[in-house]
Amino acid sequence: MLLSGSDIIVKILIEQGCDVIFGYPGGQILNVYDSLYKYRDEIQHVLTAHEQGAVHAADGYARATGRAGVVISTSGPGATNLVTGIATAYLDSVPLIAICGNVTTAQIGSDSFQEIDITGVTLPITKHNYFVGSVEQLADTVREAFRLAVSGRPGPVLIDVPKDVQVAMCEYTPMPAAVPDEKNAAKDVRIEEAAECINGSERPYIYFGGGVIWGNAEEEMLAVADKIDAPIGCSMMGLSGIPTEHPRFLGMQGMHGHYASSMAMHHADLIISLGVRFNDRATGDRTKFASKAKVVHIDIDGSELSKTVNAVHGLRADVRLTLRKLLPLIKKAEHPLWWESINKFKEAELEYLDRRGGLTPRNAVLCLNRHLGENTPVATDVGQHQMWAAQNLSFKNSRRFISSGGLGTMGFGLGAAIGAAYGTGEHTVLITGDGSFGMCLNELATAVTYNVPVVILIMNNGVLGMVRQWQTLFFDKHYSNTVLNRKTDFVALAGAFGADGVRVSTLDELDAAIKKGFEYCGPYVIDCAIDKDEFVLPMLPPGGSMDDIIVKVGD
Amino acid sequence: MNRYTVAVLVRNQFGVLNRVTSMFRRRQFNIIALSVSETESVEYSRITVTFEGEENNKQQLVNQLYKLPDVFSIKEFNSGNSVNCELLLIKMRNDADCRDEILTAAEAFSAKTVDYSKGSIVFQLTDISGRIDDFINLMRDYTILEICRTGVVSLEKGSSTIRKVTNL
Repeated sequence: MLLSGSDIIVKILIEQGCDVIFGYPGGQILNVYDSLYKYRDEIQHVLTAHEQGAVHAADGYARATGRAGVVISTSGPGATNLVTGIATAYLDSVPLIAICGNVTTAQIGSDSFQEIDITGVTLPITKHNYFVGSVEQLADTVREAFRLAVSGRPGPVLIDVPKDVQVAMCEYTPMPAAVPDEKNAAKDVRIEEAAECINGSERPYIYFGGGVIWGNAEEEMLAVADKIDAPIGCSMMGLSGIPTEHPRFLGMQGMHGHYASSMAMHHADLIISLGVRFNDRATGDRTKFASKAKVVHIDIDGSELSKTVNAVHGLRADVRLTLRKLLPLIKKAEHPLWWESINKFKEAELEYLDRRGGLTPRNAVLCLNRHLGENTPVATDVGQHQMWAAQNLSFKNSRRFISSGGLGTMGFGLGAAIGAAYGTGEHTVLITGDGSFGMCLNELATAVTYNVPVVILIMNNGVLGMVRQWQTLFFDKHYSNTVLNRKTDFVALAGAFGADGVRVSTLDELDAAIKKGFEYCGPYVIDCAIDKDEFVLPMLPPGGSMDDIIVKVGD
Repeated sequence: MNRYTVAVLVRNQFGVLNRVTSMFRRRQFNIIALSVSETESVEYSRITVTFEGEENNKQQLVNQLYKLPDVFSIKEFNSGNSVNCELLLIKMRNDADCRDEILTAAEAFSAKTVDYSKGSIVFQLTDISGRIDDFINLMRDYTILEICRTGVVSLEKGSSTIRKVTNL
């Protein structure tokens, strides 16, 4: 059938199974918005307050569902407003399709109004991007973009569509949704070598990341752990990958990770790394990192193997298929001595645990835990609150911790929570700080307009807590530009946006507020007072090793 | 530090060179020379890149190249498995007192005189990079006005081709 370019774009979005997309209209994308109007019964568009909110929402949708999120913007400033969100998705390997309008092909390159070279701008932060020069290429390009976004290591793909290409007519042939590229296990001989290495280990430790979640390898990983009697830790991106209460799970490791998890990794003689990279926040000083351990690394992206930490066995392969082949080759083992050490690490962790009463950050998160359903997505922003959430939240199911890891994007949370709520149909939670919330709180308007059920817990300490913590520890308490003490009344602000909220200063008030928030239809803001001198502990100083770990801070 | 030469077969499309070099830049690979040309097929372009680094840098460069959807195949070259050459144009000042020495040296290297004027001589030399380095070093005793070299191009010896190693 003969369709315009903009109709083709929307038809293919529907063909790919997109039920909801996020975006913001403008001059050079008007035709696509006209097509969205035409097909409004088949696909929903959520209008955000700012393109950044839209791209974070598409990202949150993708993280929560495992399907590609879609964001649409106009040219120029609309497109550049996506940049932080695209980079966030790139660093955390999230499948995202960004579609931007642009000026007509005849005007391209002439610095016309709202023209920007967005494929040039996003070159280093996309998995791939396209400038569509003619309507004949459009359908194939959009389909290929979907295939690329979800194949191998997922990532964002941007499509730049000039206005005349949206207008031009072309024959459209319906096609089934894009299928991800075929996945492969590692070569048998490589798996055998890895199995031999694993069979020789006395102190194995399994370290996993977002790749296990994206690769649906949770079950296989647990089977391997059971067979070789290994503890399991994860990077921040791995959180919610296995139930928090699982007896083998020691929690997140790294800069602010659980003491037992980081110590077990440090003392292991073998680290089986699954769908995870060795980011500096996870390893600290790499020359001292887990020096006694051999590394078996399975990752779908070959460039992660031995990139920063040398792997004895680096397997570029699908983690699930590879673990399935690995399982029969590894010997059943028990390591009572190793578990004795691990239990000692756990006891030490308990000893250092913050057991104060009252409205401490930890107690606030534990209070929230009691209200979480099995499938409640919890989004965060970035800073101290994010680490308190990562350390203390309790998850039962995968894809329920929605947080910006690699890029560490303040302002990510509210948009992402909206996207996660759309993706899952669940009442969603956002844990944020007063600093992060201040960056993108305009999306409260979106949440109100669309009645998005989201409980927003602002851990309000009046300072940029994480930066302040570094200033306390490493900059002689020079609190340069980290003291906010703004006069913002978040409850009144919620009211002004058409939402509701409450201020709490005790645990009981918080408990009642969260309960009310989950009953409320729409966004509910809880302004929770937190002391400005609270620390995130333990802490590996930047560039430090486990020998430098800070577990307690004196006055 | 070692020197590596890698040939990359890419989609012959607008902006592909930019994608490849952008990746080199942001990951700070130390590129010595790079040449791009059309190939036996209109679908492909061939990029030959020479860079310095350690073995793990080379592995990382190859792995990162493989992640670009426009890259079809990659081939590493060394002097044993390949033929390599490079083209040099060098413009020397034409001084009466050293003219004979320059011309003799050029003859010894089989460099061709492609331009001759009262003030200058331009030589053209096609050879392996090491020989071109030697010739330039020799010319440093005289006055070099300008140098331009293409960077290495390489082909595998025998009938096997780069297309046999494909991405995906």
